[in-house]
Amino acid sequence: MAMSADFPGLLIYWVVIVLMMIGFYIVISQNNMVKKIVGLNVFQVSVFLLYITMGKVKGGTAPILADGFEVYSNPLPHVLILTAIVVGVATTSLGLALVVRIKDSYKTIEDDEIQALEDDT
Amino acid sequence: MRLRNLFAVVMLTGIFSLLGAAVYVIMDAVDVAFTEAAVGAGISTVLMLGTLALTTSEEKVKPGTNNLPALILVLVTGGILIYGTLDMPNYGEASAPIHQHVAPHYLEKSTQEIDLPNVVTSVLASYRGYDTLGETFVIFTAAAGVLAIIGRGRRPQQAPHGGVDRRRGRRSRKSDVKSDDEASKEGSS
Amino acid sequence: MNLKMQEKAVLRVVSKFLIPFILLFGLYVQWHGDFGPGGGFQAGVIFASAFILYALIFGVERTRQVIPAWMTRSLLSIGVLTYAGVGVATLFLGGEFLNYNVLADEPVDGQHLGILLVEAGVGITVFSAMTTIFIAFAGQDS
Repeated sequence: MAMSADFPGLLIYWVVIVLMMIGFYIVISQNNMVKKIVGLNVFQVSVFLLYITMGKVKGGTAPILADGFEVYSNPLPHVLILTAIVVGVATTSLGLALVVRIKDSYKTIEDDEIQALEDDT
Repeated sequence: MRLRNLFAVVMLTGIFSLLGAAVYVIMDAVDVAFTEAAVGAGISTVLMLGTLALTTSEEKVKPGTNNLPALILVLVTGGILIYGTLDMPNYGEASAPIHQHVAPHYLEKSTQEIDLPNVVTSVLASYRGYDTLGETFVIFTAAAGVLAIIGRGRRPQQAPHGGVDRRRGRRSRKSDVKSDDEASKEGSS
Repeated sequence: MNLKMQEKAVLRVVSKFLIPFILLFGLYVQWHGDFGPGGGFQAGVIFASAFILYALIFGVERTRQVIPAWMTRSLLSIGVLTYAGVGVATLFLGGEFLNYNVLADEPVDGQHLGILLVEAGVGITVFSAMTTIFIAFAGQDS
């Protein structure tokens, strides 16, 4: 495998990808709805980490202008992720509200039982 | 995830969020760390605990929960993504394309055009204010959606006529044919 | 969530002591978002967490008396309308949508005013959204 970049330089992205795959696996393989939502959250956190790590500049500091600092980290990913975090919790709460309603209707929050109930009716 | 007790799962999620906030500080993203700590370790954990209190706190144990096709799919996807990252610039490099186009403009021009020390706020509210407007609308819609789904109190679990039909999401003001006036709570939104 | 929590004197006293400080800190974060980390999103979340703490210790009924349903609903809309209203106001004053330069005589002052109002709108929206969501979840009878 021809690596055009140094090994430690890309390690952080591989960690992010591992986290992303863990979240992906949880979503598609778990039956419990709450665990699926937890898996979605893990996936979300890995995406945020990806953006933030892309924004860091070596030797830079937080993007708050002050005397004595010359190099700043890129503020643009911070802005995107800031709103994404709050929007993420709002949509997670929407998903959890749906889980509560599903529990009311189907008496269960296990995915395969709901599938069986749907197939029967 | 091998945990059966969902309460432990929620607690671990909270700790995970806090660790994420620490990582963000290391990456010089202090605003993001602030938000993640407040939101992840606070609100998110409380919401999941609320959901668990309303549904169930134990997962049903099923025999043979190994899922081989899912594992293979995940490994293949991960391999493709890792292959995709080989073209990316190294971590922290100042010559990466992301730092070339708009970001230096924001950092330099922010002093003379907006004159705020916190560049993240000036980008969020002024240079990218339109995006923030959209995000605010999304938060509003999510809250309105939660109100619409579970805002009105619950039907009692044992309904005299049974069945799924009686559990409707939104209750309209017009009278229902069935007599479930006694089951409707005060509008608790 | 259950009344027994009210009887634990330590929880009651400490939370009553802490909640004003949390609210004050939320206001500080809101207005000092220009100079340090902070801004509307963080401030809204911190402000809401004070009310959530109150609801956890003292129950949802009393929280409903402190902040009734019509208030959360209207604050939710007022926050978004503030933000969009600033944009429409700039339209009327001659600039493009959300161009804060036209809000005051100096462009820089206009930017400051615009960012202040916009962050306030965001903070109000986030606060009322979080409070609404939590009270919807906690107000169910389980």
